[in-house]
Amino acid sequence: MSTINNEKTTVDPGTKTPAPRHAVRGGGRRRWLGLLLAVVALLVLASVPLWLSPYPVTMLSRILAFALLVVSVDLLTGYTGLPTLGQVAYFGAGAYAAGLTGIYLTTNAFVQMVVGTLVAAALALVTGIVAVRTKGFVFLMVTLAITELAHKQAEAMALTGGSNGLSGIPGISILPGGEPIALVGYLYWWVLFVFALGVALSVILVRSPMGRSMRGIRDGEERMRAIGRRTFMVKLVAFTFAGSLAGMAGTAWTAQARFVSPGDMAFALAAIALLSVVFGGAGTIWGPIVAAAIVILIRDEIGAIADGRGGMILGFVFVLAVFLLPRGIAGLSRRRAAAVGPTPIAGEGDEL
Amino acid sequence: MDWFVANSVTMVNGIALGAVLFIVAIGLSLVFGTMDVLNLAHGSIALIGAYVGVAVLGGGASSALSFAAVLVAALVGLLAGVLLAVLTTSVRDHLRQAMLTLGVAMIVGDLLLMVFGGDVKTVPPPPALAGSVPFLGAPYPVYRLVLIGVGLVVGIGLWLLLEKTTIGAVVRATVNDRGMVEAIGVRTRLVLAGVFGGGAALAAVGGLIASPLMGAQPGNDNLMLVYALVIVVIGGLGSLKGAAVGALLVGEVQTVGVALLSGYASFLMFAVMAAILLIKPAGLLPSKHGHGGGH
Repeated sequence: MSTINNEKTTVDPGTKTPAPRHAVRGGGRRRWLGLLLAVVALLVLASVPLWLSPYPVTMLSRILAFALLVVSVDLLTGYTGLPTLGQVAYFGAGAYAAGLTGIYLTTNAFVQMVVGTLVAAALALVTGIVAVRTKGFVFLMVTLAITELAHKQAEAMALTGGSNGLSGIPGISILPGGEPIALVGYLYWWVLFVFALGVALSVILVRSPMGRSMRGIRDGEERMRAIGRRTFMVKLVAFTFAGSLAGMAGTAWTAQARFVSPGDMAFALAAIALLSVVFGGAGTIWGPIVAAAIVILIRDEIGAIADGRGGMILGFVFVLAVFLLPRGIAGLSRRRAAAVGPTPIAGEGDEL
Repeated sequence: MDWFVANSVTMVNGIALGAVLFIVAIGLSLVFGTMDVLNLAHGSIALIGAYVGVAVLGGGASSALSFAAVLVAALVGLLAGVLLAVLTTSVRDHLRQAMLTLGVAMIVGDLLLMVFGGDVKTVPPPPALAGSVPFLGAPYPVYRLVLIGVGLVVGIGLWLLLEKTTIGAVVRATVNDRGMVEAIGVRTRLVLAGVFGGGAALAAVGGLIASPLMGAQPGNDNLMLVYALVIVVIGGLGSLKGAAVGALLVGEVQTVGVALLSGYASFLMFAVMAAILLIKPAGLLPSKHGHGGGH
């Protein structure tokens, strides 16, 4: 969770991203600012159960689990340049694995998280070997196929409860042999812990040399090959990591909902997860997280108020965002950064 | 051989489904091929076509009304296509195109739900085509045979239009070198709007003539979109022949597959698609202009 705000300052000088060059030099101060903002955001999020009633806390749990799924989509779509509709398959795999672990093995939340993440990682590795050989639109369609096949498989299997979904999942416990936790606030803190862990791991990944290689593939795979990088391995590692992260998000989903249905790995969810990345600003971490929150709020809350018209309102928001936010939500801050920074062409291109 | 005879009716059903899916999918393919726009509202246009059928023919069908419904669907589709062409002109990034067109699809889907409700609506075929003819010793609906004919006519007509006429030459040239076409005095934006409008008109008519088979209901927009995407990616983006082959393949998988392994049809379709893409990532018959896999 530490430095989610920093991605925009760590632009490779060699990439095509039209970010202001001064951002690289001014990175130190902004990095600390980002860290500070992230810590404040985490503290505010952690304090939520103390001053909000159970219903909004439950909703926030849902948002956090979905937001982690969206971050996993972003790692592929925004950072590696591979637009994906497949992450909900691993999300669902993690959710089912956690639920089945809860029913048959243990209510321990850590065990469920590890099992769900590993199952998703294994699935992502196997399917990734096939998927990352393609790119662009074909990759998008292969990942859609993965989602649809996983969806059908979950509907067909007796183990996962078929089309009725998996119910009767006991509540999670934190301590070995401890009581299942029933309070919404404690559940929320667990989901927040999983979310923060997942986001922190993602930030570490994108700031590592591995993350630089991922962006290199996004900005010019041929060039990466030409300088001798094995792009297949980079893409496979990215795909597996993103799949694991989606699985982790799935375990958090199960922990708070205690129910998994094939609908949790359907095209509709895959589509809004991908659009949340674009809406938030592909290639940043914090933008898609904010977008995920807005999307879930509109779909579930405003939709319920507005007579079930959440889909239409969300549609309008997406259409408007295309024209008003060319770089997504994260672009708002990037523009401000450009105006503040010590740039010789200050003001140019900032007038939007 | 016994299997073949036993399933030949199902296979003809598959060809009929393939014919309407071809008519729907070809617009998606041509728009991507010529404008480099991935239109995820394409399925919504097909569903609009189906609901035109509900609105025009809901009170009772006559052949004149059926003909009118086709004209109205084509006109509405054309307008929707031109509107989408205008909306997407300045949006070159594929992800933002996806957000724009899927946003439009969500708006249209909710509007149709508000107007027509959530129930499955049936659309009658034209009375003149409602009968059946003997086929392999059993009566077979004439309407499905007509659909096969319509698919053939549309396919051959489009091929002639694109390959043998000046209009087609301008469209193909716009795909290859937009700047050059502009330089010799052709307004390429009009060409592109024309392709978008024409493709959308075909999609609306395709949705209309498919509605006696599939009905009109919410969710059919996503279904048609996924069918069209699968067809286009199997056949090769921007390729007319590819779309025809892809549509026939999907039609067969969806009908023979349902007959043999009920419940697994969608499973089969995606398995076939994944297998084809692994062997030929650019699709079976990629367009000469080479959009396959491009992003």
